[in-house]
Amino acid sequence: MITRFLWQGMDRNLRIFVLLVLAIGVALPLLNQLTPPGSAFHVPAWLMQLIGKYLCYALLAVAVDLVWGFCGILSLGHGAFFALGGYCMGMYLMRQIGSRGVYGNPLLPDFMVFLNYKELPWFWYGFNHFWFAMIMVVVIPSLLALALGWFAFRSRVTGVYLSIITQAMTFALMLAFFRNDMGLGGNNGMTDFKEILGFSVQADGTRAVLYFASAVALALGLIVSAAVVGSRFGKALTAVRDAESRMRFLGYRVEGYKLFVFVLSAAMAGIAGALYVPQVGIINPSEFSPANSIEAVLWVAVGGRGTLIGPVIGAFIVNFGKTWLTGALPEVWLFALGALFIVVTLLLPKGVVGLWGQIKARSQAKKARAPA
Amino acid sequence: MLFLRPLARLLPALASMLVSGLIAATAFAADLPALVGSLTTGSFGDRETAIGALAASGEQRAAPILEALGAGQLYVRKSDNLVLIGKPDGNQLALTEAISGKAAGSGSEAGLDRIRVNNRLRGIIEAAIGSLTLMSPDARVRRGAAEALFKRRDASSLAALDLALAAEKDPRIKQSMSEARAASVLASDASSAQKLEAIALVRERADRDSLGVLQATAVAATDPEVKAAATAGADAVRQTLAAWEVAQNVWYGISLGSVLLLAAIGLAITFGTMGVINMAHGEMVMLGAYTTFVVQEVIRTSAPHLFDASLLIALPLAFAVAGGIGILIERGIIRFLYGRPLDTLLATWGLSLVLQQAVRSIFGSSNREVGAPSWMSGAFQVGQINVTYGRLWIVVFSLMVFVALIALLRKTPLGLYMRAVTQNRPMASAMGIRTPRVDALTFGLGSGIAGLAGVALSQIDNVSPNLGQGYIIDSFMVVVFGGVGNLFGTLIGALTLGVVNKFLEPYAGAVLGKILVLVFIILFIQRRPRGLFALKGRSVE
Repeated sequence: MITRFLWQGMDRNLRIFVLLVLAIGVALPLLNQLTPPGSAFHVPAWLMQLIGKYLCYALLAVAVDLVWGFCGILSLGHGAFFALGGYCMGMYLMRQIGSRGVYGNPLLPDFMVFLNYKELPWFWYGFNHFWFAMIMVVVIPSLLALALGWFAFRSRVTGVYLSIITQAMTFALMLAFFRNDMGLGGNNGMTDFKEILGFSVQADGTRAVLYFASAVALALGLIVSAAVVGSRFGKALTAVRDAESRMRFLGYRVEGYKLFVFVLSAAMAGIAGALYVPQVGIINPSEFSPANSIEAVLWVAVGGRGTLIGPVIGAFIVNFGKTWLTGALPEVWLFALGALFIVVTLLLPKGVVGLWGQIKARSQAKKARAPA
Repeated sequence: MLFLRPLARLLPALASMLVSGLIAATAFAADLPALVGSLTTGSFGDRETAIGALAASGEQRAAPILEALGAGQLYVRKSDNLVLIGKPDGNQLALTEAISGKAAGSGSEAGLDRIRVNNRLRGIIEAAIGSLTLMSPDARVRRGAAEALFKRRDASSLAALDLALAAEKDPRIKQSMSEARAASVLASDASSAQKLEAIALVRERADRDSLGVLQATAVAATDPEVKAAATAGADAVRQTLAAWEVAQNVWYGISLGSVLLLAAIGLAITFGTMGVINMAHGEMVMLGAYTTFVVQEVIRTSAPHLFDASLLIALPLAFAVAGGIGILIERGIIRFLYGRPLDTLLATWGLSLVLQQAVRSIFGSSNREVGAPSWMSGAFQVGQINVTYGRLWIVVFSLMVFVALIALLRKTPLGLYMRAVTQNRPMASAMGIRTPRVDALTFGLGSGIAGLAGVALSQIDNVSPNLGQGYIIDSFMVVVFGGVGNLFGTLIGALTLGVVNKFLEPYAGAVLGKILVLVFIILFIQRRPRGLFALKGRSVE
């Protein structure tokens, strides 16, 4: 029944899109594993890893879109939720290294031995269990979002003020995580992971599974978002975006709507971060930098805010461009990124997805004008 | 009779000079070779008396000999018992005759006996050198020696200090010497009355070193009266020190606050009065700093004598460059986005990336050096606060910019138009004000002020393409904290945040202090979402 509810929350395009994401999620690992290297259909591991990374970014973009596109909350701090999820995963992976670290300490990760820690800080307990880490991946970003959102929405901090606050939040977290005495690796962060659930993180098989998990997570994220957005609740959410005061005067508890969607979005970002870390093999405080968060907003803007397909497409386009340009013409990348921000906001307010609609509307307007 | 007064003042001085001269002369008569010879024989105890005698001789050669002895570089040649100073020179020792100071070739340690010293002797030697330099003709050396002796507080330097005090004419050095003497008295077994007098003198000095002296006295004293006086003195000094520390933090806070004010005040115009959120504001600051750099480069190559005026030349240019680019931005991008603040935010962020990369492509990504003109370098002392001229000028400059801006907004037609347009755009338009032009000028003004800030910040920060990024979040915090649309709020907000930051730093460290301030502002905005000094009104967005 729930499946049916979820399925009906989506329109036809989105259903096809989710199936497409899942198909790519299955096809690439299969092509990687089953075809011999050198065959025309073989997908090299690096490509799979790259696409896996994009899938995580896409999930982050969907999370940003959920709050920005549908509820009008421009969060410039979603990178923080992403990074917190990543750190939770990183802590689990660090505990899995065990005595195989450089210093061979069975309990303490290398950086703690290096910094003269005598015992494990209290917040590291439990992270040797996968299930605990996975719960924390969702709980910690959600709690932060809950605290921030509860304060901010209750006192009606809106618009650019909220954006600045979220940016200050991720900036403060970045500074905090850069400190060595946080007990979370300082500016080196965490790396040199060995295995996840007993499988080596370097092995192609594990990578294929992680990749598949990212695709599934993205598909689920899309389905859940569609269900939320398509429901009565979602209609109220869009109304809050368009006329918050009016909704409040009509008797809706605006804070509750915003808080729910903000926390949900933070949890999604956390999951994206957790899937991201084992695939790239490192997590460090620069993930918290405000520039990262605002780049995630750009993915949404490029793809098309207020649609669910848009952020995924935007994340893929921008990141593909980034990978290609930073390799081929590193000087040009920041120019291109900056120009993209300007062009999208000035000329493509509905993003790539909305481009078709824009063109159609223009040609219709022309037609309407022609007979007169 | 009039001439007698100066004479009466002159006489004791003359007498003391004569006496000290005589003592020095007699000590010289006790002849250097014998004194140096006595260093080489006997126990460590004998050596101690010999060092004292050498120091008391006031002989010019005594200082280098004692220095060499303290460093373990004084030797006796086995063959002829000649005392030599041997400085390491590769594998060999470069030798000098200790008494005459003539070079004596080089040799290995094999034929030499080192005159050994222990830690106790080393301390005595240092004190002895200190008292020797008390007689130096160079006033700075004498003062340094007095300060060193104050910190050492060694009873054995009393005699030397008394001599030096009698000879000294500079009142400030005399003050230092009598303080050093007081510290030495406290370490000696002088009478309680003398010690009480000394405590009063040390207490007046009221700095960290005198606190150390008084604390040590309070611990060591046997006479309860002296002990009580020393404890009371230490407490008083501690209070004075605490007061100075507060004053120092306030000054540093104001200094930081003025930097924040400079960075934020342009933003207070564009964001505060126009409601345009300009993420490229930091880059306007950066452009101002790079303008200063270019001006200085041109001056350096073509007109070096103008260097001291380089900042004054850079100010109008930076204003013009940043303001001009600001107007271009407003006409090219921002005017299409009025009423869409979130889009403005994204577009200007993109612009900031472009500007950064453009500067990086032109000037390179490394830090550029911007020199300080002579009138901005150096420092002076106010009580126990060290005030650098650079910081002082920045405080003055930021206040000047602030006052000028207020005057511009209140007293000029342009300011009137600006206020009219921000308060009620349709009405202003109906009254014949060309609102688009006012928008462009307002934005240009805000950007230009950011350029001015860049000239000032080039003096205290690294001039690199990332210069602006460090200020953008802080600036927004200041504007939001102070209350949007209120320039005085910005002033108060900047100074408050600066001072709070500096007071938190000693307890929490620089980074944690910054985090705490950010968290504080986030919580503060919850309480007062429109800032410290919100404009009263009834509008609902």
